[in-house]
Amino acid sequence: MAMTGASQGPIGLDAPIDIGRLGPKLALELYRGMKLIREFEERVNRLFLQGKIPGTIHLSMGQEACAVGGTAPLRATDRITVTHRGHGQALAKGVTARKLMAELFARETGCCRGFGGSLHVGDWSVGVLPGIGIVGAAIPIAAGMAYAAKQLGEDRVALCFTGDGAMAEGDTHEGFNLATLWHLPVVYVVENNLYSISTRIDRQTLVTSIAAKVEAAYALPAVTVDGNDAGAVYLAVRDAVERARAGGGPALVECLTYRQGGHKRDDPATYRPRDEVELWLSRDPIRRFRRALDAAGLEAEADAAEAAVVAEIDDAVEFAEASPPASGILPPLGGAA
Amino acid sequence: MTTIIEALRQGLAGEMDRDPRVFVMGEDIGIGGSFHLTLGLLDRFGQDRIRDTPVSEAGFVGLAIGAAVAGLRPVCDFQYGDFLLCAADQVIQQATKLRLMSGGQVTVPLVLHAPTGASGRGAQHANSIENIFYGVPGLILGVPSTPYDAKGMMVAAIRHDGPVLICSQKHLYGTKGRAVEASATGDVPEEQYEIPIGKAVVRRPGADVTIASCLLMAHRAMSAAETLAAEGIEAEVVDMRWLAPLDVDTVIDSVRKTGRLVVVEEGPERNGWGGAVAAAVADRAIDALDAPVKRLCGPDTPIPFAPHLEAKLIPSAERIVQTVRQIVGAG
Repeated sequence: MAMTGASQGPIGLDAPIDIGRLGPKLALELYRGMKLIREFEERVNRLFLQGKIPGTIHLSMGQEACAVGGTAPLRATDRITVTHRGHGQALAKGVTARKLMAELFARETGCCRGFGGSLHVGDWSVGVLPGIGIVGAAIPIAAGMAYAAKQLGEDRVALCFTGDGAMAEGDTHEGFNLATLWHLPVVYVVENNLYSISTRIDRQTLVTSIAAKVEAAYALPAVTVDGNDAGAVYLAVRDAVERARAGGGPALVECLTYRQGGHKRDDPATYRPRDEVELWLSRDPIRRFRRALDAAGLEAEADAAEAAVVAEIDDAVEFAEASPPASGILPPLGGAA
Repeated sequence: MTTIIEALRQGLAGEMDRDPRVFVMGEDIGIGGSFHLTLGLLDRFGQDRIRDTPVSEAGFVGLAIGAAVAGLRPVCDFQYGDFLLCAADQVIQQATKLRLMSGGQVTVPLVLHAPTGASGRGAQHANSIENIFYGVPGLILGVPSTPYDAKGMMVAAIRHDGPVLICSQKHLYGTKGRAVEASATGDVPEEQYEIPIGKAVVRRPGADVTIASCLLMAHRAMSAAETLAAEGIEAEVVDMRWLAPLDVDTVIDSVRKTGRLVVVEEGPERNGWGGAVAAAVADRAIDALDAPVKRLCGPDTPIPFAPHLEAKLIPSAERIVQTVRQIVGAG
C-alpha cells in the first residue's frame, strides 16, 4: 500500500460515496454500525437531559464513520483503546448496546460494572480496553498491547483511536517513537475533527497535516482519508491492519471529520464559524452513506437496518433501567498481597 | 555477603527464569542500568527481555502498562526515582486505575524500581520519591533496607497482579565506588522467596521507645539504638518495609510495650507516611503513650549540593539519639 500522507492530493469530502468497492454486505454492515451509534447517542443525550444518566458525556455525532471504518477490518481477538469520546468506538468493536447503556446508567450489568462510566467504557472480552480519559496517554499503552502480542507470538493487532487534540501531548510523541522504533503491530486511527474543545488545530501546531508530521518525525507510515466516508476509512485501516499483522510495523490513518455538537453537553460550541458547521453538517457521514445505498438499490435493506437499530436501543434502555445499581465489589486481586 | 542491589537482581533474575512473561525495560539497562540492577542480565536473557529504551519515561511506562494488560509482566528500572515524575500520569492515572475502571476485567502487573534519596548529586537527583508517591491510591510501595528483604520484596512485587513501586536508597547499594553502610550487606538465600506485602518487621527489640523508619533511616535508627543502649535506653526499631499498605499494627503493638514513639523519615514531613503512623497511634493507642509522638524528617526544601549542607538536612543517627533522649527524659 502506498502511504503518502505528505504528498497526496485533496480529499473528496463532498464527493458521493463509492460503495461499489465495498460490496453490499459490508456496505450495509458499516451503515448499520453508524446508525447504531447515532441512535445510541441521540437516546443517551435525551436520557442525560432527563437526568437519568449521571456524570458527564461526550458525544461523537458526525464521527461515526471513523468508528465503524476503523474497527470493521479487525478480528474479534484484536484489541483497541478508545478515547473519552468512545461510545461509538466501543459499540463498533462489539461492546453490546445493553452493556454500554447499563454502564452509563451506573448499573451492575454495565460493561465495567459501573466502575468506568461514559469516560471509561470498555469490554475486554471483545478487546476494548476501558477508555483512557487522559488525552495522549493511550498512544504508548496501545503500543504496549502490540508489544505483548509480538512477544507472546500472538497475531493480534492493537488499534488506538485518538484525535487531533492528542497530537501536541508528550506521551503521543513518546508512544509514536517507540511504536516505530520497535516495529510494533499497532495502528493509530486519528479522528481529526479540527478542534480540541474550542482550540482549532492551526492554533495548536504549525504542522496541521498529522499524517505528514508523523511520517517526517517518526517514519510512521501515514495516510489521510475522508473521515466521513466509512468505506474510505475502512479501506485505509484494512491495509494498515493487514500490513501490521504481516509484520510490516505500525501505521497511522488520519481521518478528516467533524464533531457536530459541542465537546460535552454544556458546550454550545459557538466558537466555530456558522458556515463551517453548516458545511460539515452537509457532509454528515450517515446521510451521505444512505444516499449511496439508495443509489445502489439497497433502500429496503437500509430501512430494515434502521428499524433493527431502533429496536436494539429500545431494548438496551429497558435493560439498563431494569438492572440493579453497581455493587462496588471488585473481584479479588491475585499475587502475593 | 550480598548488597541490596545484588539481592534485588537475584530476585529479578530468579523470576525471569521462572516466568517467561517477565521482562525489564529502562534506560541503559543493557550495561547494567545506573545502579547495576540488571548487570549481566542482557547476556543471560537477551535484548527482548532486557530492553534498552530511549530516554522516554512516560513512553516506556505507558508501553509497559499496555503490555501488562495484554499478558506480560514488565519491570521498569529507573535511573533515578526522580525521573518517575516524567511518567507521573502513566503511573498515577493509568497503571493504578485501569483495573478499577474496567470493573476488574483487566489487571496491571507492573513493577517500577526507583533509586531514591539524597546522595550528593544535587537537588534534581535527591527526591525521596517514596514520599511523593505515598499519596497515590492503588499503588503498592516497597522500601527495603536489607538485602534479604530486597530480594523477597522484589519477588513478591513481580508476582503481585497490580502495580508496585520499589524504592531503594542509593547509599545502601555499594556499587560504583559509593560507600556502603556496613549494615547494608547481608546473607541472602539462593532460593526465591517472598516478603509478604504490607508487613513491617521489628529489627531490634526494646522496652523504652519505638523508632519507626525505613530505607537508610532504618540503618541510622539501628545505629542510634546502639548509642542509646550504652546509656541504658532500649529502643525497639521497627522497619516499615512497605509504606503502602502501611503496617501500623506492628507500630501500635510496639508502642503498647514502649509507651513512646519517634518516626524517622528522610523525606519532608509534608505528605510523609509518618503522619499516618502518628495519627493511627493517636486513634488507637493514645492511652499507651507516656510522651508526645515525635517526627524527625527531611527538610521542607529541595536538597542543596554541598555535601555538608545535605548531611545537615537529613536526619542523622545523632539527631535520632537526641530526639529519643528528649521524650525518654519527658517520660
